[in-house]
Amino acid sequence: MAATEKRPVTEAGPFNGLLTWIDQRFPLMESWRSHLSEYHAPKNFNFWYYFGSLALFVLVLQIVTGIFLTMNYKPDAAQAFASVEYIMREVPAGWWIRYLHSTGASFFFICVYLHMFRGLLYGSYRKPRELVWIFGMLIFLCLMAEAFFGYLLPWGQMSYWGAQVIVNLFGAIPLIGPDLAIWIRGDYVVSDATLNRFFAFHVIAVPLALLALVGAHILALHEVGSNNPDGCEIKKATDPHTGIPLDSVPFHPYYTVKDTFGVTVFLIVFSIVVFFVPEGGGYFLEANNFIAADPLKTPLHIAPVWYFTPYYSILRATTDEFVLWVLTPGVIAFAGLIIWSVKNTVLRAAVAAVAIVLLVGFFTLDAKVWGVVLMGVSVMIFFLLPWLDRCPVKSIRYKGPITKAAIAVFVVAFFVLGYLGTLAVTSGRTVAAQVGTAVYFMFFFLMPWWSKMDKCKPEPHRVTGK
Amino acid sequence: MRALVLLLALAAPVAFAAEESVRLDAAPIDPRDVASLQAGARTFVNYCLNCHSAGMMRYHKLTEIGLTEQQIKDNLLFTAEKVGELMNVALTRKDAKDWLGTVPPDLSVIARARGPDWLYTYLRSFYRDRESATGWNNMVYERVAMPHVLWMLSGQQVQVERRFKNMEQAEAIGRQQKNAWKIDTLTPEQAGKGGEQFVLKTIRTEVPGSLSQLEYDVVVRDLVNFMTWMSEPNQLERKRSGYVVLLVLLVLLVFAYLLYKEFWKDVH
Repeated sequence: MAATEKRPVTEAGPFNGLLTWIDQRFPLMESWRSHLSEYHAPKNFNFWYYFGSLALFVLVLQIVTGIFLTMNYKPDAAQAFASVEYIMREVPAGWWIRYLHSTGASFFFICVYLHMFRGLLYGSYRKPRELVWIFGMLIFLCLMAEAFFGYLLPWGQMSYWGAQVIVNLFGAIPLIGPDLAIWIRGDYVVSDATLNRFFAFHVIAVPLALLALVGAHILALHEVGSNNPDGCEIKKATDPHTGIPLDSVPFHPYYTVKDTFGVTVFLIVFSIVVFFVPEGGGYFLEANNFIAADPLKTPLHIAPVWYFTPYYSILRATTDEFVLWVLTPGVIAFAGLIIWSVKNTVLRAAVAAVAIVLLVGFFTLDAKVWGVVLMGVSVMIFFLLPWLDRCPVKSIRYKGPITKAAIAVFVVAFFVLGYLGTLAVTSGRTVAAQVGTAVYFMFFFLMPWWSKMDKCKPEPHRVTGK
Repeated sequence: MRALVLLLALAAPVAFAAEESVRLDAAPIDPRDVASLQAGARTFVNYCLNCHSAGMMRYHKLTEIGLTEQQIKDNLLFTAEKVGELMNVALTRKDAKDWLGTVPPDLSVIARARGPDWLYTYLRSFYRDRESATGWNNMVYERVAMPHVLWMLSGQQVQVERRFKNMEQAEAIGRQQKNAWKIDTLTPEQAGKGGEQFVLKTIRTEVPGSLSQLEYDVVVRDLVNFMTWMSEPNQLERKRSGYVVLLVLLVLLVFAYLLYKEFWKDVH
């Protein structure tokens, strides 16, 4: 569009001229309108809908504090640990920046987990928002990578041995594993080379991917429009003259002021941790990480930070007995269930083939390999949610007792696994983690059946009051 | 679901069967008690800062616990020339390895790794043990490489074992102890005919030191107080600024809430 054809900006007072000049060269007003002042969001967002904007807020906080930390941090095995203490003691307000960053890491996961749980409650991943969900899951994966790389940087005992354990997991992959682990570390053990590359990933590679994915997540969302706690599509009831959904409000100013309030509440909770309990009871900053990394002293008890512990529990729960008594009958039963439910012969044959390959694998490969596989699947399975959920309605408000019970049991299993993952292994805890693991996977793998069986109420045509 | 509950219930007692260790005494420390911090700094510099370094701590930081630069220079500068230096020691890692068998850890942030209660109990739990290389052992840290550096103050302790038939009785006696105690559980075979399965281990002073037990506890309290302060010298400033930040945020909260309600009052 030529510069002269666009209407001048009229509502910005003294900035009219400047904004007109920019707008004739850049889609400024169009972007502002389509993403903020004329992005029509459902008016019935509740408490759960704060966590998307809060996650974005924490992302910005992590980037800004990260920049300042980078100014004084030394990615060098001989200096890293002391440079963090230098930041804590001698850099003006360094302790504040560092605690904002370390607490921010945990709060990032709290916000993202609650944001994902919101999606689970209200079916936000369902058609037409599958791609929004997939971008979101990619953000989650990047976030896990970002947290993992970042956790090595303080170069404490937990940093070091946690990285050692996780990189060794890749070593369990048949054939290429050991070489892959060396390639990731850049050395035979976690060392200065590893620290340097993890620093590079943490401060530039992963953040770039994160930012791009967050942009894609929001663009995809704005293309299809937001879901809401009732799960009905607000675009189905529009004003006949303007075409604006009747149950919507413009994102700006309505949700910008509401989210400002949300951010303030968040900051209060966040500040209580940052200023009064920055260790978060040992969950946010682990005591062992105040001992400098020592490649010759393996700590008795190595645990990842709390946000990884559910998956870590699944890894540890996969013992030889678990493969034999749970995975083997589980795969046979699941393959049978699929073959019994689908009519397509090709699909049936494919399922049978995959099941046979798995069963052969169970009896030839080490249980450790299957532990790594299960841990990977436990995260990746979220990608499939849009296609696993076969309920006719989106929101839990109109779903039946089966869904409600299934989600409740899943949440309990997730917390139990998470808690067990922070503790040392005992035989009793392993049994508990194995039960949790079985429940965790049954929730997802059986979802196509239980979600279809559920007795749902009809979805309303318009959003309800609360 | 029932199977899940049953399994969890079965798992619970196994999961919580405690591995026996010393009950840590709560360290009665207060990072605002400047006199105690200064006394702790003196003990630290005199007794610890010969083998152990505190290499992330600057002498100058001691001005924050009420000492002047001159006081630091006159009383605490044994291993450095200037107050701007870090609290390092002359002992090299290699020499330490050769002479002591292990490198004494840097103590700058040890209180954050171990916790004040652990340090407080540990420093009051040494006892004489003929079988160890240094002649000392510790209730909290079995076979620790460090000898009891403060023994001239505390005197010499020995470990005492008493056997009991039930746990409650052993614990009741244990709780009356002023020092660390722990209970080991024997198998019925080990316990023999009497069935006294529970061994209460305590320590008793055999040769008194230059301080009474109470005075020694105060010395250790001050030392642990100092080490805890040193592990995060900005902790008081952190908490002080926390109150200010929360106050500002609460004011902001009121306005954010009113603004939100004002915009939304017409949305039904």
